[in-house]
Amino acid sequence: MGPQHYLLVSAILFALGVIGVLTRRGAIMILMSVELMLNAANLAFITFSRLHDQPDGQIFAFFIMTLAAAEAAVGLAIVIALFRLRETTEVDELNLMKW
Amino acid sequence: MELVAFVILTTMALVSGLVVIRHRNKVVAALALAGNLVSIAGFYLLINAQFLALLQIIVYAGAIMVLILFVIMLLNLPDESRRPGVGGIQGVLGVLLAVAFVVILGMALYNATEGSSFPAATGEFGTVESVGVTLFTNFFYAFEAISLLLVVAMIGAVLLAKRRL
Amino acid sequence: MTDFTLILITLVEIVVMVTALMLGVVIMTWVERRLSAVIQFRLGPNRVGPFGLFQPFADGIKFLTKEDIFPSESYKPIFLLAPGLALVTALFAFSVIPFGPTIELFGQQIDLVVLDMNGGLLFGLAATALGVYALVCAGWASRNKYSLMGGLRSSAQMISYELALGLSVIGVFMISGTLRPTLIVQQQAGWFWEWNVFSGGQVLGFMIFVIAGFAETNRLPFDLPEAESELVAGYHTEYSSMKFSMFFMAEYVSMITISALVTTLFLGGYNLGFPVPFEGWPLWILQVAAFVAKVGCFLFLFVWVRWTLPRFRYDQLMDIGWKRLFPLALFNIILTGLLVAFDVI
Repeated sequence: MGPQHYLLVSAILFALGVIGVLTRRGAIMILMSVELMLNAANLAFITFSRLHDQPDGQIFAFFIMTLAAAEAAVGLAIVIALFRLRETTEVDELNLMKW
Repeated sequence: MELVAFVILTTMALVSGLVVIRHRNKVVAALALAGNLVSIAGFYLLINAQFLALLQIIVYAGAIMVLILFVIMLLNLPDESRRPGVGGIQGVLGVLLAVAFVVILGMALYNATEGSSFPAATGEFGTVESVGVTLFTNFFYAFEAISLLLVVAMIGAVLLAKRRL
Repeated sequence: MTDFTLILITLVEIVVMVTALMLGVVIMTWVERRLSAVIQFRLGPNRVGPFGLFQPFADGIKFLTKEDIFPSESYKPIFLLAPGLALVTALFAFSVIPFGPTIELFGQQIDLVVLDMNGGLLFGLAATALGVYALVCAGWASRNKYSLMGGLRSSAQMISYELALGLSVIGVFMISGTLRPTLIVQQQAGWFWEWNVFSGGQVLGFMIFVIAGFAETNRLPFDLPEAESELVAGYHTEYSSMKFSMFFMAEYVSMITISALVTTLFLGGYNLGFPVPFEGWPLWILQVAAFVAKVGCFLFLFVWVRWTLPRFRYDQLMDIGWKRLFPLALFNIILTGLLVAFDVI
């Protein structure tokens, strides 16, 4: 199994994440599709790390995991605050500035 | 043997990815994402990155996804309704564009690694020691910065979700 | 050794491990009921066979023949997934624990551990982390207010105490310099004061691990998610017969796993604690028996505490997890780090 196979899987997962961000309506679903994209990027990083036998790619993936955790926490806090205000999380309805 | 594991993991990852982006029920989508994360951890194990695989399960599948599940269940979010007016030519074009995107991305990555293959597995790749040593010597400043970022994110999350400041 | 012998040995070890764990669960149900009777000054089950020894089999037959109820509103795929997930993750966590020394059988050196990987300890923690999903799935898929509340409370409790569990192990990691349970046990060979809890200075880590282990398995005094008087039965309210018994088995298997982890990390694993003059088979059998005895002591402690202490209120429970155990675990890391840095340990 060469690196091309893992990178192909990473590309497909990334594309699935992009489709999820563009088609889903709930704010949390969009967040989850972003997590999918981040994971696809992680897989690519680790594949390249193994290809060149350097631990740097794994460190990158480690940092991306940490950042994803922080981003998920803050993003969910924002969603909760928005839900309290507007009673909905669908991004089509959160259009305060449009009349 | 490795091929069998790779095929099984790819099927799991792709099927759960599709469920994440298509299923109406949010809890099922979140559980499918957890399954996706576990199969990606399986990929990491196949590439000999043991430490990252275990971290993926403990941190990503074990903590972040549980957090997302909590929020979905506590807010009691309803099923996602279908967007009105989608279908027909828009849907077909969307699928075609998605396939085109995958093809372009896949070709770019494929050409980047043309003809190369993984070097022989040394015992030192992916162990806790090797990642730990690199983290605390070469990437020390980034490590300190990211711990500061985590503290800031914690404070931010608590403040944003409070009922009354 | 060739690939084929390796696969065969691993398969046999897996069968031995699962059989032993299921046998342990069976014995634990009997022990729990008789011991609780002794503590509460009454007779336990003593009709089904001498001293009630066949009671677990009677329980098993009862579970198999009860009616399998599906609530009509439940979300069937996830409703069915939850008990299986609970049992599978509980069994996974035990696979990194060495239950005996390296024995020599038919000319092969066999490590008595199913999975001997470099990050073994992390694997045990990862399997425990995945066990949270079973509770969340069960609580949500039952479509029942009480189940949902019980499931959410239970999983919040489990992820809070997972932190303390993981951090208390870092002291052992610093002393042993490795995450492989086989190496950690080998470094505690010799007299019993060489064990990590004594000469490793891990008394605080040991106590934190045991308390967090109680909370991880949802056993009293951290038992509010299943509190019979408040939430009917928490996340497994709607489960009947075999599905309920799978939750039941999963709880006992995780109790056995936590006890085994405590003995491996802090109490010297399969080491006897005193040197013996002989080698070979008698020593190996004695070492496996020592491991079983130590795990048995901890299971006794689990049952004893359950029937002695009252239950914590939920806010007290979360308070202990975050505001007391977590800082104590951090303090333990700093203390052990200083002791290791100045070559005291």
